[in-house]
Amino acid sequence: MAFITASWNPLGDAFYRKTELYEMSWSLRDGLRDSLVAAAPYGGPIALLREPQRRSPSSRPQLEIYSASGGAFASFPWKSGPVVQLGWTVSDELLCIQEDGTVLIYDLFGSFKRHFSMGQEVVQSQVLEAKVFHSPYGTGIAIVTSSSRFTLATNIDDLKLRRLPEVPGLQGKPSCWVVLTQDRQTKVLLSNGPELFILDNTSCTVVCPSGLSPQDGSIVHMSVSFSYKYLALLTDTGHLWTGLSTLQEKLSEVDTKKTTVPKQMLWCRRPKSQQPSVVLMWDRLLLVVGVCNETIQYPIEDPCVLVGEMDGVRIISSSNQELLQEVPLVCQDIFKIASMAPGALLLEAHREYEKSSQKADEYLREIKEQSMLGEAVRQCVEAAGHEYDTNTQKSLMRAASFGKCFLTDFSPDQFVTTCRELRVLNAVRDSSVGLPLTHTQFKQLTLQVLIDRLVYRQFYPLAIEICRYLKIPDYQGVSRVLKHWASCKVQQKDLTDDAIARAVCVKVGDSPGVSYSDIAAKAYECGRAELAIKLLDFEARSGEQVPLLLKMKRSQLALSKAVESGDTDLVYTVVSYLKNEMNRGDFFMTLRNQPVALSLYRQFCKLQEQETLKDLYNQDDDHQELANYYVTASYREKRLEGRLSLLQSAVDEYNKAKNEFAVKATEDEMRLLRFQRKLDDEKGAGLLGLSLQVTMETLLSLGLHKQAEQLYKDFRVPDKRYWWLKLKSLAEKEEWDELEKFSKSKKSPIGYLAFVEVCIKCNNKYEAKKYVSKVTPEQKVKAHLAVGDLEGAADAAIERRNEAEMGAVLSRCSPSNSLVIERLNRARAAIAKNFDSIHTQAPHLDRRTSCCCPFTIKASVCSIAGVIL
Amino acid sequence: MAAHLSYGRVNLNILREAARKELREFLDKCAGSKAIVWDEYLTGPFGLIAQYSLLKEHEVEKMFTLKHGRLPPADVKNIIFFVRPRLELMDIIADNITSEDRHHSSRDFHILFVPRRSMLCEQRLKEQVLSGCVQECYLENDQTSLYHTAKGLMTLQALYGTIPQIYGKGECARLVANMMLRMKREFAGSQNQILPVFDTLLLLDRNVDLLTPLATQLTYEGLIDEIYGINNGYVKLPPEKFAQKKQGEGSKDLPTEPKKLQLNSAEELYAEIRDKNFNAVGAALSKKAKIISAAFEERHNAKTVGEIKQFVSQLPHMQAARSSLANHTSIAELIKDITTSEAFFDNLTVEQEFMTGVDTDKVNTYIEDCIAQKDPLIKILRLVCMQSVCNNGLKHKVMDYYKREILQTYGYEHILTLNNLEKAGLLKPQTGSRNNYPTIRKTLKLWMEDANEQNPNDISYVYSGYSPLSIRLTQILARPGWRSIEEVLKMLPGPHFEERQQLPSGLHKKRQQGENRTTLVFFLGGVTYAEIAALRFLSQVEDSGMEYVIATTKLVNGTTWIKSLMDRPESQTQ
Repeated sequence: MAFITASWNPLGDAFYRKTELYEMSWSLRDGLRDSLVAAAPYGGPIALLREPQRRSPSSRPQLEIYSASGGAFASFPWKSGPVVQLGWTVSDELLCIQEDGTVLIYDLFGSFKRHFSMGQEVVQSQVLEAKVFHSPYGTGIAIVTSSSRFTLATNIDDLKLRRLPEVPGLQGKPSCWVVLTQDRQTKVLLSNGPELFILDNTSCTVVCPSGLSPQDGSIVHMSVSFSYKYLALLTDTGHLWTGLSTLQEKLSEVDTKKTTVPKQMLWCRRPKSQQPSVVLMWDRLLLVVGVCNETIQYPIEDPCVLVGEMDGVRIISSSNQELLQEVPLVCQDIFKIASMAPGALLLEAHREYEKSSQKADEYLREIKEQSMLGEAVRQCVEAAGHEYDTNTQKSLMRAASFGKCFLTDFSPDQFVTTCRELRVLNAVRDSSVGLPLTHTQFKQLTLQVLIDRLVYRQFYPLAIEICRYLKIPDYQGVSRVLKHWASCKVQQKDLTDDAIARAVCVKVGDSPGVSYSDIAAKAYECGRAELAIKLLDFEARSGEQVPLLLKMKRSQLALSKAVESGDTDLVYTVVSYLKNEMNRGDFFMTLRNQPVALSLYRQFCKLQEQETLKDLYNQDDDHQELANYYVTASYREKRLEGRLSLLQSAVDEYNKAKNEFAVKATEDEMRLLRFQRKLDDEKGAGLLGLSLQVTMETLLSLGLHKQAEQLYKDFRVPDKRYWWLKLKSLAEKEEWDELEKFSKSKKSPIGYLAFVEVCIKCNNKYEAKKYVSKVTPEQKVKAHLAVGDLEGAADAAIERRNEAEMGAVLSRCSPSNSLVIERLNRARAAIAKNFDSIHTQAPHLDRRTSCCCPFTIKASVCSIAGVIL
Repeated sequence: MAAHLSYGRVNLNILREAARKELREFLDKCAGSKAIVWDEYLTGPFGLIAQYSLLKEHEVEKMFTLKHGRLPPADVKNIIFFVRPRLELMDIIADNITSEDRHHSSRDFHILFVPRRSMLCEQRLKEQVLSGCVQECYLENDQTSLYHTAKGLMTLQALYGTIPQIYGKGECARLVANMMLRMKREFAGSQNQILPVFDTLLLLDRNVDLLTPLATQLTYEGLIDEIYGINNGYVKLPPEKFAQKKQGEGSKDLPTEPKKLQLNSAEELYAEIRDKNFNAVGAALSKKAKIISAAFEERHNAKTVGEIKQFVSQLPHMQAARSSLANHTSIAELIKDITTSEAFFDNLTVEQEFMTGVDTDKVNTYIEDCIAQKDPLIKILRLVCMQSVCNNGLKHKVMDYYKREILQTYGYEHILTLNNLEKAGLLKPQTGSRNNYPTIRKTLKLWMEDANEQNPNDISYVYSGYSPLSIRLTQILARPGWRSIEEVLKMLPGPHFEERQQLPSGLHKKRQQGENRTTLVFFLGGVTYAEIAALRFLSQVEDSGMEYVIATTKLVNGTTWIKSLMDRPESQTQ
């Protein structure tokens, strides 16, 4: 443990350390010499293009893609034009910028994805240099052409080329340049001889970094920090100027005493850096220059490539890879020799405790006396996060855990989270995976992106394992991984459709949030329509299947799936699609097999296309509906002839439908219409369109008895109804003699009480009385009451010995009818005497009418009204 | 504001709040002043969730009714159309917008589709600008409403937890259950972790019980609906009985505007009497009257200042109770005038004859007379359909006779309505099979001779003898279970089924001793007030161990129901 500081080098107040990340598992024949190399930050992949300038058709340069640990992803001969620059996008795609300005995009595994051009102008004038840069807007590209013009694209996924203004006096390429992102603007800083320019969208300005004297010489190298905040400029006299990238403020100026131009120059900082520095690399030397004027020198054996990270610099050589970084303050505190920081004491205490030494207690006591135990635990946990070596991590975490035992109400969250995250980080750092992320980088990258990167690298099991371990909700975690996996699986050309479908189904099952239709869409994109259909079958949401099926022109299937979903809107979508795609015959045939869709379409037609509706019924031989259609249509027709001919069509169809009743009724209607027309013409009766009943009524009121009679006979109107009609009509017209004649024409089918009541309704008591005697005995009481003859009613009721009727008469009596009341009461008493005996003899008497009348509350409601008001 | 919704076992306010929240969010999305153009049909349902004050808070300044032509002038930034997704309405909107364009140009137009947008409507709008449930299911075979029902039930489950058991009877019930199970599969994983409020869901297809809505409801609320029609909790009544009779004002003119009253259980008295048989309402009102006048008498006993203060503090409540009593007494009087009429009595007698199976196979003279008197067609259709249902179809001769009578009297155009009724199964010719209605009636005890209207002991009180079939099915499901009536279930149309929904572990309810089970009864295609009363009655029966919550696609009675099935070709032309 004491040796941890062995690899530390002091720089000003801070220390720098070099940690070995990997022994590279690649075997490069010629090392990194003569190769174009691009390594992505955040432990990203490495791309190598060997001898890019060699241009003989017999041997093409080889493009190789590796993980950060040197694991091979892909290797293939480069067949396109000469490449100027390689670079990686934020989503792990490889950009190959060619001399002619074409940018080709490949995925991690070397499959070509797409290409675009950096502008027409470039084609003639070649790209001299290119840079790939990252900004909040995504990945961008900047090029300078042989005509000394710069072109920028800030986001390659949303390509907008910006040609920057001309730089005065620039011939060929500048001596050095960088892309800056400031105030949401992307600019180019370049040096040409002694002059320094800032190029933005509209102008080219000469600038002068604050505090850099012209004697220091012209600038030959420059570098901007990871966050675009700091800038380093190196002059041909070996002076290194560091300051803000706005050039407003100088941090320091150091004389490196080297006049050769370094191969690479990068910032090496970390968030909350004590001593930021710039790393310069020459063929045999690595120089770390701190802003404090001090330097560290590391010799280099092999050619190396530096990769800037947010918290350090990775040094990749052909044999190994190291991380150079400023030692985080908390690690300094703990591991610095003779440190008395609480964390250091706690670590020591735990070490003694392991040795079963009582010194543990002394150390602990010392921390506790300063009430720093909480701080000590925090320090250990934090330091563990920054350490790369698992043993160091463990001892720090154990110390923290040990310290925690002596604390009450100390939140374990940080401890638990760090434990979990370290396990994840150790897993992805493993050489077989090759993602050498530091804890700081991991926090910046976020777990989501890490999982994405694992997925891009096809480490599906590990990704799922991590999702489960960190308990990420399925939607964002496992399901997403599975979806990627399945989308990748369907592209495997060596497997049969069946095998793939089965494999996908087994793995994905019905994981929530995995859309089979998305996977199927992918399969279809790859030209595997059959597989797509198989996969769609697993999709639970029929709604989701429909759009793809339509796209694949499987309209029948789409329709049945839409119907299955029950979502009528979806059915309409398919139906209207089919309607446009198919010819009418096929369309109808398709609908015919789908009753639900058919009826929906019918409904649509009912509202929109009456004619189509007819065709539909016709095609289905649905004569009943067809007839109904004609009936409806007949009401839209103003002319009688048209109406009749439509009704005739209806008759024909009803006939075919074997609906005899409707045939008869429709024929009757036609007959009636003709009759009405005739009378309208002759007498102006205004009958057309009236119902038979109303027609007869009108005829009678017009005094056209003969014609009414004719209709009554022709249309076989039931006697009862006709009698009612005539009775009312005559009474209304007060043709009392006619009425009497009519009543005697034959025995009334509606009885004579009707006559009595109708007369009374027309206020003719005299006439009413004429019919009372003809009323049947059961209705006598009612008839007498109707004409107001209480005595007659009482007589009838008593004669019939009917208690209910007597009650009815009684309720109509006023005190002045005392005689009648007395008689009735007597009769009722007599009946009551007999009733008991009858009741015992006939217990099954129908009680229904007595218990179900809801009409007995009259009295109670009235009384309440009295109470309230 | 809607406190009465919170009291029950299931807090329905959650649902109301969710709806309000959605509305508020929608309104806030359109920044600035707004005018709302209403599809008139929607004002009722929206009134249930939001008063004008709520809209006003969200900068709604004007409201119009949707109609053709130019919109009335309004100085607002947004015009919002609240409409049902119906093609004919789209035409009106398009008309509104196109005639608007020439005058203003800086206005934003929004359309809120209720219940949701339809692809057809959108298409229709583009073309233009740039260039009922049983009815639906059985006449048009349109499953749209079923889909919405299933969606609605999913929403309900999202708010109240997954319902572990689903029972159902009828074709539509099966379809809805299928859709629900499918949707559940589709949304697997996003499953909520709410302890289920409902133990059982019962889906009942109106088609299973065609008889009940045809019968005249005899509960207080049912009769109000039968006679005056209740619309979204409001009823319009003839004003005469509500005239204010204040002393000294003399006889002012009687109001001519119909009196509009809101009816819901927030009103204490109404909650008490709504489900009573009308025959028991009088007694209840009278009892209430005595209590109120006794309460007012208290003032004579109030001696000390403290007592008087207490009396005064109760005054507003007492006065509200008194005006509520006055209102309901007036309503009861109005209804009584009708129920005591001979016509009502005769009609009811015939209905009851049919339901008890008396002479259902012959032409009924009362119906014949009613046709001769040209009584309202709907009344005739209700009776004829009832006879058909109670006789398991009519003899050919009888049916043709009725049909001919109807066509001759009311006009030939009704041939389409009759056709619709046949399609819906309300009117059908007797087929070879035996009339099974008596078996159903006896097994399910649909007719109770001794229905007690005052102190009911059975659901049959709601129809004074007839127990609604739908509710009997619900009752039997709870105890002893449908297995006991397997035979009858087979006679009723459509399949019956049982489904179980797996609950996430840990959400299984641990039932307390004596805790009631809760069943959500969903009526597909409508429910009557009397059926609701019957279900509430079942909830109240102490030893039933069941509580019922009712959901439906709409509230119906025989009249509205038959109306929805009528086809009027001549009116379409206008």
